[in-house]
Amino acid sequence: MLTFRGGVHLHEAKGSTRHKPVATPPLPAKVFIPMSQHIGVPSNPVVEKGTEVRTGTVIGEPGGRVSVPTHSSVSGKVTDIAELPHPLAGGKVTTVVIESDGSDTPDDSIQERPTADLKPGDIVDAVRQAGIVGMGGAAFPTFFKLSPPEDKPIETLIINGCECEPYLTADHRVMLEQPDGVIEGTGYIARALGVKSVVLGIEDNKPDAVEEMSRAAAKAGFTVLRLRTKYPQGAEKQLIQACLNREVPSGGLPMDVRCVVQNVGTAVAVRDAVRFGRPLYGRVVTVTGPAVNEPKNLLVRIGTPVRNLVEACGGYSGTPAKLIMGGPMMGIAVSTDEVPVLKGTSGVLVLDEKTAAQLEDRDCIRCGNCIKVCPMGLAPQRLYYHSRKRLLDRAEDEHVLDCIECGCCAYVCPAKIRLVHHFRFAKSEIAAMKKP
Amino acid sequence: MSEPAYTLRLTVTAPPHIRFDGTVAKVMWTVVIAMLPAFAGSIYFFGWRALMLVGLSVASAVLFDALSQMLFGRRVTVSDGSAVITGMLLAYNLPPGVPWWMPVVGSAFAVVIVKQFFGGLGHNFINPALAARAFLMVSWPGLMTARWLATRGGTISGLDAVTTATPLAVLKNAGEIAGPGGDPAGLLVQAQSWPVVGKLFFGNVGGCLGETSALLLLVGGLFLIFLRLIDWRIPVAYVGSVLLLALVLPGPKHHPLAYLLYHVFGGGLMLGALFMATDYVTSPITGKGRWIFGIGCGILTVLIRLWGGYPEGVSYSILLMNVATPVIDRFTRPRLFGRLKESRKRT
Repeated sequence: MLTFRGGVHLHEAKGSTRHKPVATPPLPAKVFIPMSQHIGVPSNPVVEKGTEVRTGTVIGEPGGRVSVPTHSSVSGKVTDIAELPHPLAGGKVTTVVIESDGSDTPDDSIQERPTADLKPGDIVDAVRQAGIVGMGGAAFPTFFKLSPPEDKPIETLIINGCECEPYLTADHRVMLEQPDGVIEGTGYIARALGVKSVVLGIEDNKPDAVEEMSRAAAKAGFTVLRLRTKYPQGAEKQLIQACLNREVPSGGLPMDVRCVVQNVGTAVAVRDAVRFGRPLYGRVVTVTGPAVNEPKNLLVRIGTPVRNLVEACGGYSGTPAKLIMGGPMMGIAVSTDEVPVLKGTSGVLVLDEKTAAQLEDRDCIRCGNCIKVCPMGLAPQRLYYHSRKRLLDRAEDEHVLDCIECGCCAYVCPAKIRLVHHFRFAKSEIAAMKKP
Repeated sequence: MSEPAYTLRLTVTAPPHIRFDGTVAKVMWTVVIAMLPAFAGSIYFFGWRALMLVGLSVASAVLFDALSQMLFGRRVTVSDGSAVITGMLLAYNLPPGVPWWMPVVGSAFAVVIVKQFFGGLGHNFINPALAARAFLMVSWPGLMTARWLATRGGTISGLDAVTTATPLAVLKNAGEIAGPGGDPAGLLVQAQSWPVVGKLFFGNVGGCLGETSALLLLVGGLFLIFLRLIDWRIPVAYVGSVLLLALVLPGPKHHPLAYLLYHVFGGGLMLGALFMATDYVTSPITGKGRWIFGIGCGILTVLIRLWGGYPEGVSYSILLMNVATPVIDRFTRPRLFGRLKESRKRT
């Protein structure tokens, strides 16, 4: 079966949500919409305190070339524009606070339109205007990936349905419940890129999704590939390796091997934007973990506080000890449940004291586990020594910048060394040195 | 939003937020378990003396490890079992007739000088137990090379006619052992026979405490390979290259197959290949590097056995390859993803 080099087999822990249809909780009374939800330049707010907005109204304009607009996710009134805690930035970010009027009145711009004659440029524009970013977690502006430079022809579009992080089932449910939406959106993306070859990569722990998607894909002439269940199969470079047996060059991008990768959730968002003119203001989030009473997949509005999500799942059970935005391998732990759901939030995972407990780290015993599992072919054990001693030039020579922070090395380390933490430090120091 | 009825006390750490359940201590104690069959064998073959020597060696290794960690102001980590392994391995590498203080002195050297002076577990560049054995060899050569004991119901050499030499010494010094007017060729023919190879395999011959029974060492070693705690490449490369070299190099061969098995089961090869060359800290970290390491150990062992000054060469081979490990590591990096044709960069 198709797969990539390295990686680890993880306990999936997806059972508590994989069979539950996506539920829609009541609208939040207030949403908190940060102007930075994507990689790149933040949006600039174009509303003021007191501005009346509708669901889908633009509240932030793109702040630069690699940037997208931000939209209101409810109808109501802007009550504040303030610097508020952000789940990923590690600090405070300009956030528009909107009080919902409960009516969920859509913006006038949201209109269905015929799509048969849309040109690639129209699709890219629609995707940008809708504020779509990669919904698998990285949140890179999607329109940018759809406009590759002239000298980088794209042959293959890969749709990512791996969802290799334990606990998360949001993409799984999207594939089961909206297979035709995924395929329709995929069609628009393929048209924007001008590619003929489209493959959907799905891990073989989701045979029902493989079946549903194969049925839907057959009509469009797309291919579904079953991939071996192994983490991080859903990482962009590993997915390309598994599907096409091509390696993205070190320091390069998927377009360097003539392909583009998009997540299944993003494909649905593209469909909504292109056909219905609906911007990205909601998404499916898996709310799960041993410290959540009733784990669920929820269709929620961007900007909904995480606390509302947990309450929609029966609240906390036991003693919540760790709250993670995303999955357990790459997700970011946050210190409060007042942070909002972002466009890239695929999951909210709450661990209890037992599952959050971590052992103290010890000295490396050179067992070599980390080298065996590194999907990027790095030697984490050596990078760790270089990073810890701040030998940044040596860390760079040994390609620390190629680290995708998947966490496999730290997962298998018997000495419980926080390898990813050290590599992030080295990467940020190197980046800081390179700044002019 | 209503005030929650609870206070969240959330931990924030870098990802990943889940870890596999292996720990350094689990690894080490499993290795200890894998060494128990050979321990039982040493008591069976050499009597309660073996228990005394292994016990003293382990107790003093643990004690000196803890004392030096306290003295150096380090976290005391003796519960991880690594000092227990060092103590066991050192005792396994001693002749059964050595005086009681030798394992104590050896353990002190192993854990204080070789291990803790260099930074403790993970930082020593050579195997502590083997370094201590080398230290004892040069300091008390008489005690370390002449204190062999016959096993229960057996002899030191595996031959009835020879009472003081170990099997590998018979192979190396048949002339001297047979004495003036003796029949060295006859000795070699007797040695390279199935009954003797059988004794070497089951362990009913003289030798260091823990090395005599290839069978009991294999039981423990295969257990560790099965659990993937040690890399099969090192023992396979090591034993394989010893076999190959013994096959092609000239030597006192009389029965070709028995001669080869004599090399594999005689002496400390099984103990070395399964339990000492596989030490994580002092062996290379990549698969390719481990092949090179194992083959290097095999070449050196055969060279020492055939042409060196000692009948046995396992300890020094592994020590020499330990020293070469950083170089091997440097030249056997894993292949970087996306660098298919990369010329090796100097760092």
